[in-house]
Amino acid sequence: MAPGGALVIGDVVGWLTDPAHWQSTPFDTGILGQLGAHVWFCLIALVIALVISLPLGLWIGHTGKATWLVTVANAVRALPTVGVLVLLVVIIAPNFYGRTNAGYLIPTEIVLVLLAVPPILSNAYAGVQNVSPAVRDAAFGMGMTGPQVLLRVELPNALPLIFSGFRSATLQVIATATIASYVTLGGLGRFIYDGLAQQDYPQMISGGLLVAALALAADLLLALAQRYTVSRGITGRAGRQAGSDSRVAVLNEELASETA
Amino acid sequence: MIRPLDSASSSPLHFFGYFLDHRSEDLGWLWDHTWLSVVPVVVGLALALPLGWLARRYQWIYPPMMSITGLLYTIPSIALFVLIPPVLGMDPLNPLQVPIALSLYSTALLVRVVADGLGAVSEETVQAATALGYRPVGRFFRVELPIAVPVITAGLRVAIVANVSIVAVAGTIGMDNLGRLFDQGFTLSVSQPYYPPIVLGIVLCVLLALVLDLLVVLVSRMLTPWRRAVPS
Repeated sequence: MAPGGALVIGDVVGWLTDPAHWQSTPFDTGILGQLGAHVWFCLIALVIALVISLPLGLWIGHTGKATWLVTVANAVRALPTVGVLVLLVVIIAPNFYGRTNAGYLIPTEIVLVLLAVPPILSNAYAGVQNVSPAVRDAAFGMGMTGPQVLLRVELPNALPLIFSGFRSATLQVIATATIASYVTLGGLGRFIYDGLAQQDYPQMISGGLLVAALALAADLLLALAQRYTVSRGITGRAGRQAGSDSRVAVLNEELASETA
Repeated sequence: MIRPLDSASSSPLHFFGYFLDHRSEDLGWLWDHTWLSVVPVVVGLALALPLGWLARRYQWIYPPMMSITGLLYTIPSIALFVLIPPVLGMDPLNPLQVPIALSLYSTALLVRVVADGLGAVSEETVQAATALGYRPVGRFFRVELPIAVPVITAGLRVAIVANVSIVAVAGTIGMDNLGRLFDQGFTLSVSQPYYPPIVLGIVLCVLLALVLDLLVVLVSRMLTPWRRAVPS
């Protein structure tokens, strides 16, 4: 390891452990303030995307109608996120000259929702699609109505795939909310772009570490939520076989539903 | 308030004129963007083939390897860009940080794809190849790998389209590629909107993603002639 690298790591530790960088002042928003802003932007986008795409994905999977919507949503992924973000900011921001940051917040949220919808939609669809016809027929045979089959049989069975779609949406939203700092919005990305502009590299690298830590923490939290909401009958974790990795559990579920 | 010249040149549709006016610069960025999208996928595939084979050959390696690659894929691109130089002891803004970060992402994505693709080769096929006299190495390259090509192709398509989008992110920290067009457009729009470079960047990125995706599909078709003979 080059000595220059060790020096930078020491500077980064110094920057991160400086209490002045954590507290907000009237002139400067600290780490806690930017973390709050970052989480807030992401939550807004994820809630909107979930409300739009989860019912839609379940409905498409249940009825088999309008599957072209899934194709369209997936094609959106080919768009360069930064470009769409800058384009929307340039279009929308001039209408909001004033004291609020709505001119930057609204285009950012549009881009974040656009990013979060495809993985949630296509995984909800695939999750319901993958439920074995035998299970679905059995539910209908027991006298369940269409909505009952969807909510009590297909949804619980699709939950592992829905979670993996939501987790990948969350990660993309956190990553892209960072880039929103480039168009002068707050959030943890501020430290990266401010550090870059001021050639304050410890600040820039600290920003990168904070963003990575936030992404890992969010993914861990969702993995835990998945563990406690997905039925143990589906993950094959019934009783003794505890402690398997959630990703493996998802894969097992995919395989199980294919072979069942 | 009619300003024909102004409104014509800042119109989103003027992007082609903008391209003609800044041809050499834009073509340079297109070239940078192309190699930054392609080389990491090639490196990723070269690393993922042996790693995926290991994960399949020794089953106990599979879970920890998937955890590590999943963890890597969790780290946002812009964070990975700025974290690589201090970890490797390079300058804070070294142009190599972008291809290194993208190679890591591509490897992480493709290891899983290669392992799952090899796992999908049926046991009967492997036994038949062994009975025909294939040794493990020859069987891997002439039987197992070719059968896994369609699955690996699907992974390559995802990786290369994702790379085109992520490379543009590196433009926001000053790396030369089509992302610089967004930077230019943002800077030029301070007083009033100036769309041409932004629209040009989006158009070129989407075209590049489509062309690279098509190339992967074509190469895959060339490598699997039997799929056209016997529709699956």
